Amino acid sequence: MTGNKNNDAYWRANVRLMLILLAIWFTVSFGFGILLVDWLNQFQFFGFKFGFWWAQQGAIYVFVILVFVYTAVMRRIDRKFGVSDEGDH
Amino acid sequence: MDAQTLTYIFVFLTFGLYIGIAIWARASSTSEFYVAGGGVHPIANGMATAADWMSAASFISMAGIISFMGYDGTIYLLGWTGGYVILALLLAPYLRKFGEFTVPDFIGTRYYSSAARIVAVIALIAISFTYIAGQMRGVGIVFSQFLNIPITWGVVVGMAVVFMYAVLGGMKGITYTQVAQYCVLIFAYLVPAIFISIMITGVPLPQLGLGATVLDGSGLSVLGKLDATLVDLGFAPYTQGLKSKVDVFAITLALMIGTAGLPHVIVRFFTVPKVSDARRSAGYALLFIAILYTTAPAVGAFARLNFIDTVHDERYTEVDSWFKSWEDIGLIGWEDKNKDGRIQYHPGSPFEGRPTYSDQRREDGSRTITNPPTSNTNEVYVDRDIMVLANPEIAALPPWVIALVAAGGLAAALSTAAGLLLVISTSVSHDLIKKTFAKNLSDKRELLAARLSAAVAIVIAGYFGIFPFGFVAQVVAFAFGLAAASLFPALLLGIFDKRMNTAGAISGMICGLAFTLIYIAYFKFMAPELNNAEHWWFGISPEGIGSIGAAINFAVAFAISRLTAPVPAEVLNLVENIRIPKGVNEPHNH
Repeated sequence: MTGNKNNDAYWRANVRLMLILLAIWFTVSFGFGILLVDWLNQFQFFGFKFGFWWAQQGAIYVFVILVFVYTAVMRRIDRKFGVSDEGDH
Repeated sequence: MDAQTLTYIFVFLTFGLYIGIAIWARASSTSEFYVAGGGVHPIANGMATAADWMSAASFISMAGIISFMGYDGTIYLLGWTGGYVILALLLAPYLRKFGEFTVPDFIGTRYYSSAARIVAVIALIAISFTYIAGQMRGVGIVFSQFLNIPITWGVVVGMAVVFMYAVLGGMKGITYTQVAQYCVLIFAYLVPAIFISIMITGVPLPQLGLGATVLDGSGLSVLGKLDATLVDLGFAPYTQGLKSKVDVFAITLALMIGTAGLPHVIVRFFTVPKVSDARRSAGYALLFIAILYTTAPAVGAFARLNFIDTVHDERYTEVDSWFKSWEDIGLIGWEDKNKDGRIQYHPGSPFEGRPTYSDQRREDGSRTITNPPTSNTNEVYVDRDIMVLANPEIAALPPWVIALVAAGGLAAALSTAAGLLLVISTSVSHDLIKKTFAKNLSDKRELLAARLSAAVAIVIAGYFGIFPFGFVAQVVAFAFGLAAASLFPALLLGIFDKRMNTAGAISGMICGLAFTLIYIAYFKFMAPELNNAEHWWFGISPEGIGSIGAAINFAVAFAISRLTAPVPAEVLNLVENIRIPKGVNEPHNH
């Protein structure tokens, strides 16, 4: 299978999606929740300091969304490149 | 009915349910014993993964730790959820496609080496045993506080129940009991949280209640009031941490990649039918986990507020009875330093070390403590682990809620213990016995070996639960550092770096593991007096050093692999194959 162009293109599409989602993952947790927390804390958000909210609530919601987005988009990419496992048992 | 009778009833009913499921879901082949035949629905697997993952530490300890750490509690909230994003995007689908039974299976096959397999087995066993001892201890604490049974007997009952369903049912039995255990534990966690949120703020959702206005007429938000109250008593504000940024960053990262490298979590994704199911299943698992993890900070903040309200400046003779019952089992201690008969709560340890009590009681009925008192004004010692268990009592909730929390704590501890026991026993029966020493073992005999090793592992785990090392609780946190520094890089590189070879992977794992172990051992056991930010490398504590260990693992593996023999063609084909979802294998019977 080495050198299969379709599979290589599929892999690149997969890695690109992954890197975009991981960038968001990093931004909301390490970015908003840790590195920028003091600066964000000057803003109020539904009774929370905004940085504190990202650290103890917001980032976790985004994590859940990221995994479902990954699942949905990968399903489309799988089909586009004809490597979907839908026909498997 | 009183809380204790209700607790007996709840515990009896839930244990009966777990055992019933075990008898219904007996395993008849190694494939069923190791990976439930690969036929678990993604939502069921999501629940099972959530229960597998959320241990006594998540259920019993975490909110309590957060309530005392405030913002710094973020390390656990982010660390133990963010890891699932990495797991879902970087590991789970590919390991499912690989289609074998265990994590060492993947490492042994991908790195075409028995030595790599054995290094992985050693890492797996070290990680899993440190983790499991804490679970059995959690079972013992719940039994002793709520049912008045000595810790030893509590652990024995817990062992017997886990034995029933892990040894009979293997992964199949464990999966379906974990689904039931998830339902029990999440219900038990949410009910008191919702009650308390309504009592304090009038808002039923704890996630919103945490930001809502307190109903005491002060007009302050929960977090605003907590900040103000704590500053009044001399503490740092709740929403600001004491740890340095670099340490918070390193610990969070170590917990995240450690989570993604924990064998008992990874192996859950081997049980679903297809690659796309592994992805979906990771999403559901994280969703089910997030329900508890976004509630926990609210529980922590409410608990701290309630604790201060009911305890601070209260006469000992008039304080609520929960204070005395936890004092009786040694998790609360009070030293009336200023002799005013009232309990004063301030920062710092009230006396040196954990409390040791003499047999005597003072005139007011409080227990005499023999530790030398410290010079600060704090008079109360409180074990962080009790906050979740005591929370319903502190908030004066009805007895059935207290009974429910006890059943939930047991569900959390037992489900995690069973998952860990399974990966220990499969790595012994499959990776050591079948793949290394007795290659022509029949399926039936391998199944017997798996059951026997599960039984032995339960006895060892129980032993650690009854006779814990002094440092068990600390060591549990280090299981993540070890997983981060050893297994995670080897798994990730095995999928994403085609040129990663045997020499690179083994030397990476050994360097990462050795560095992390030595750093932890040095600061925790050899020179504990130097264990502070001044002496840490780059200001990173032993809890966070796994992230540096992982970086060392990656660097060493990369360098060595580029200097040694290239990967054989059939392994390249294997890597090409696991990158494509199509054509998944049924987990085969050997």
